[in-house]
Amino acid sequence: MDMIEVKNLIFKYPQQEVYNFNNFNLKVKKGEWLAIIGHNGSGKSTLVRLIDGLLAPESGEITVSGIKLTPETVWDVRSKIGMVFQNPDNQFVGANVEDDVAFGLENAAIPREEMLIRVKQALERVGMWKFADHEPVRLSGGQKQRVALAGVIALKPEIVILDEATSMLDPEGRLAVLEIIHELNRVEHLTVISITHDIDEASKAQRVVVLDDGKVVQDDIPAEIFSHRAGLIKIGLEPPFSEKLKEELIKQGIKVPDEYLTKEGMVDWLWQLFSKQ
Amino acid sequence: MGKVLLGRYVPGDSIVHQMDPRAKLILSFFFIIIIFLANNWQSYVLLLTLTIGSIMAAKVNFAFFIKGVRPLIWLILFTVLLQIFFSSGGTIFWRWGPFNLSYFGLINGAYVFCRFVLIIFMSTLLTLTTAPLEIADALEKLMMPLKKIKVPVYEISLMLSIALRFVPTLMDETAKIMNAQRSRGVNFGEGNIMQQIKSVVPLLVPLFVSSFNRAEDLATAMEARGYRGGEGRTKYRVHYWHTSDTTGCAVFVIVMLILLFVRHW
Repeated sequence: MDMIEVKNLIFKYPQQEVYNFNNFNLKVKKGEWLAIIGHNGSGKSTLVRLIDGLLAPESGEITVSGIKLTPETVWDVRSKIGMVFQNPDNQFVGANVEDDVAFGLENAAIPREEMLIRVKQALERVGMWKFADHEPVRLSGGQKQRVALAGVIALKPEIVILDEATSMLDPEGRLAVLEIIHELNRVEHLTVISITHDIDEASKAQRVVVLDDGKVVQDDIPAEIFSHRAGLIKIGLEPPFSEKLKEELIKQGIKVPDEYLTKEGMVDWLWQLFSKQ
Repeated sequence: MGKVLLGRYVPGDSIVHQMDPRAKLILSFFFIIIIFLANNWQSYVLLLTLTIGSIMAAKVNFAFFIKGVRPLIWLILFTVLLQIFFSSGGTIFWRWGPFNLSYFGLINGAYVFCRFVLIIFMSTLLTLTTAPLEIADALEKLMMPLKKIKVPVYEISLMLSIALRFVPTLMDETAKIMNAQRSRGVNFGEGNIMQQIKSVVPLLVPLFVSSFNRAEDLATAMEARGYRGGEGRTKYRVHYWHTSDTTGCAVFVIVMLILLFVRHW
């Protein structure tokens, strides 16, 4: 079943002449983790904003969880989607952690008794319950993004969209956020769309779409996309560390497997090679 | 710089801390009104007792209150001096042109001084024992009747709470921009007044631009989280009116009744 379907999408920003999307099509399956990569200005953020109804297309059809996106249904569509944005500070609305998680629930007019339960559950889920009364200044970027995720979880969406949500975080914070996403995707079968510049994040997805000037240039499993080193550099992305290591090994005259290896796969292959010698 | 607390709120668990912010806000206003009823030393002693009693109930260090008076000391002294030199009546001790130092002038000056200090003590007590957000909540509740004349009460209170939430964030940002501009050779707080005003420009422009960017991001995030105006939202934070709030109000009303009795008519 398709969770999201984008058909014949045409869009440009009001002040601009060039079309960001001209006859764009994309389908996202239910329970899938899709990573969208591409250089700056390739239309990644614009695309997810269109899906969430934050921008209105000139023409074309967007269907989310069976609901066709129109000005009348935009709030229903948004209730299916939870979004986490790039800047941890600029999406923190509440005065403290629990208030911020409650913000979305207040908007959805959830009764207070249920709100108390959902806020606690969501915060425990992301490991931030003991910070419930902390103000945003007392939190790190990673903690703030976990609170933003709790705000999304509390609303029980079907789709989670991460708009470069980990790009301003330190490695530790990034890992914590990705772990939660991974669990949401695997255990609760939430559909995840993550826009990212981070190859490691993209390699966790089940499917990667490479966008360039509003067009899908590649649509495949991560292993296939990341083994094309030259292609990655062309779209302005750095190849993953394991691919760079492979390149160096080839230069040293060592035979390496052709297929893409994850970091763990690389380690396994390396020690096997070492013990054979 | 991020550690600055607006309104100098001091967390605690005294009776005053636990009172409903609405009650505290009402009583603070009430106190400011009834203090104008006081017109002899007995009535000021009564109000001083009430103030000291409230402060003791709040269990807050008295030094905070002295600090609260300090920034306003020049305004107080100026007003007191005006009272002393321009009121007449009673025995006149000294006269020079339009100025005169009279018995009534001295008495009035003393009263004005007491009035100022007591009002500052009471409002300091409000901000020391009530978190800024609670005050915003109380204002929302108390402004509710204004909804009838189409005042957007929910929106005002959300704006207030977002503004409070972003004060430390923007202060951090200011510190960062100042450092960035210093590293480019801007001197803050040096030179004559014109130079100092000029040095503020490279601080304000980036701060302004970034605030607008933040506002736009925040608006998008709020919309994505389903915010569509204040109507029909439920509330996560609630405040309950306790017996101690009623007791507090009763104490203040009794004080007012005694005040009406002891004051000169």
